[in-house]
Amino acid sequence: MIAAPPSQNSVADLNATALTLRKRLVTTSATAKIPHLGSCLSCVELLVALYWQELRIDPAQPEDPDRDRFLLSKGHGAPILFQVLAERGFFPLARLEDFGKAGSVFHEHPPKPGYIPGIEAATGSLGHGLPMALGMALAARIQQRPTRCYALLSDGECNEGSIWEAALLAASQKVHCLTALIDFNKWQATGRSQEVMALDPLAAKWEAFGWHAQEIDGHDFEAIAAALASARAETQRPSVIVAHTVKGKGVSFMEDDNNWHYRTPNSEELAAALSELEPV
Amino acid sequence: MRNAFAQEMTRLAAERSDLTLLSGDIGNRMFDRFKQMAPERFFNCGIAEANMMSVAAGMALSGLRPVIYTITPFTTTRCLEQIRVGVAYHQAPVVIVGTGSGLSYAELGPTHHSLEDMAILRTLPGLNVVAPADSAELVAQLREALDAPHPTYMRIGKKGEPPLHSASAQLGIGKANLLREGKDLLITGIGPIIGEALVAAQTLEAEGISIAVANIGSIKPLDDEFLETMVRQFTRWISLEEHGTTGGLGSALLEWLMERGAKKVRLKRIGTPDRFLHEVGSQEYVRKLIEIDANSVAEACKKFRST
Repeated sequence: MIAAPPSQNSVADLNATALTLRKRLVTTSATAKIPHLGSCLSCVELLVALYWQELRIDPAQPEDPDRDRFLLSKGHGAPILFQVLAERGFFPLARLEDFGKAGSVFHEHPPKPGYIPGIEAATGSLGHGLPMALGMALAARIQQRPTRCYALLSDGECNEGSIWEAALLAASQKVHCLTALIDFNKWQATGRSQEVMALDPLAAKWEAFGWHAQEIDGHDFEAIAAALASARAETQRPSVIVAHTVKGKGVSFMEDDNNWHYRTPNSEELAAALSELEPV
Repeated sequence: MRNAFAQEMTRLAAERSDLTLLSGDIGNRMFDRFKQMAPERFFNCGIAEANMMSVAAGMALSGLRPVIYTITPFTTTRCLEQIRVGVAYHQAPVVIVGTGSGLSYAELGPTHHSLEDMAILRTLPGLNVVAPADSAELVAQLREALDAPHPTYMRIGKKGEPPLHSASAQLGIGKANLLREGKDLLITGIGPIIGEALVAAQTLEAEGISIAVANIGSIKPLDDEFLETMVRQFTRWISLEEHGTTGGLGSALLEWLMERGAKKVRLKRIGTPDRFLHEVGSQEYVRKLIEIDANSVAEACKKFRST
């Protein structure tokens, strides 16, 4: 039986965890030259809320068939997911010392399951994670398991037609155990997401597609928890949480600067970033 | 063949609770009995094949055995990346069924032809590629695919294909069968078009030419043992497929023969030409037009035998 999520975490605890993860992430990006830093920094609170408050998972039994599933549909966020899984106890933190080294499984995207405990699917090519999570949610319904399925998407990923195909099928199938979270940081690789593909009004689009849509501040733990609770209470529709976030969140000179989609920090920038990531 | 598929799926639905069937909005009424038996395990995924493929991968990763069914181009090239990543890379044991393959839908034009699917899909690591020639082979391969730990792509015809195998044939994945004995030349084929080879062989028999016909059945994996036996018996081989000669059965056999060092064997490929077929007509008409029908095969045998 899956352990219940550790719900005793206070917002202060969660903020402390987020800070620790950001420090490790920025350091790894600098030392191992791992890009997508801005994309990772924008979803830290969403991941911390999921892994420390929401998901019914047991790091000691990562393949328990009754577990909740989390798929990082925005697979380029893998550098922060790896930090989350290590901190959550899926594997020793020391394994991340191999990050970016030749032959290591810890690089820019999650590999297929079986190499890193806690990874449910190989993502990186965008538009795959949500449909796969939908398949897992339908499987849970057939198998009568208590599993809930979650997929974290980027706003740029909502360019992919397969996302909207999944949205339509999930709604017709009334898959209420499926929750999509959108890390809406307003940027994609080479431009403002609204200018590239006219996403706005994003939440209204999902609502029109038959989803229970909520819009929140994606860096506010109380708002994330409330939205996840509302999604859990939904009994007919799949849920989407459109989380307004800031790309590069937590490091002033990275915030909302899309150069940090590909750039990695030099030693001065790393020092400056780490000095900002100290507890207040 | 597709009716045999629907019937077998209904039987399988009763036998195994992990079986799911995903259709891309085709097969009107075909799956009524499946739906009656297991309504919670039938999904009309709409005209959205990319999503359907990833949904099937997700189901398979959760322990189910999904079978995808739609018209071949739409369940192969339309969603190739979802097959590559979600199914093949994950080794998610999905069975992908392409119906109306080759020129089964000749009348519908090139959008509905599938003459590249085997070539493309056999490049994907860990994905078996099979093409049953008749309903008995379809049933055997389908059952084996559902017990395999890896994914399978199966291209099937449409309806009314005659049985080609005897009751003693050893059918399955990676199993070839000699359908007709012969001495002068071997035709290796895959899929229902082997029927044309058998007619050609019958015609040539009257002319004193003895043609053997083998059904290769699976392009990946090939039946090494069977091919070894054929290498010892025949120096003239023809490959016959309702598929482009580039990358299909003929190519796979050439690769196998060259690597094997079968220096005495010459192989001529008969398949569809390297162009899109804008000429619309029945399957029979188009087969004749592009010279993959029984008469054309017989002529090719005669020429090849004397070269």
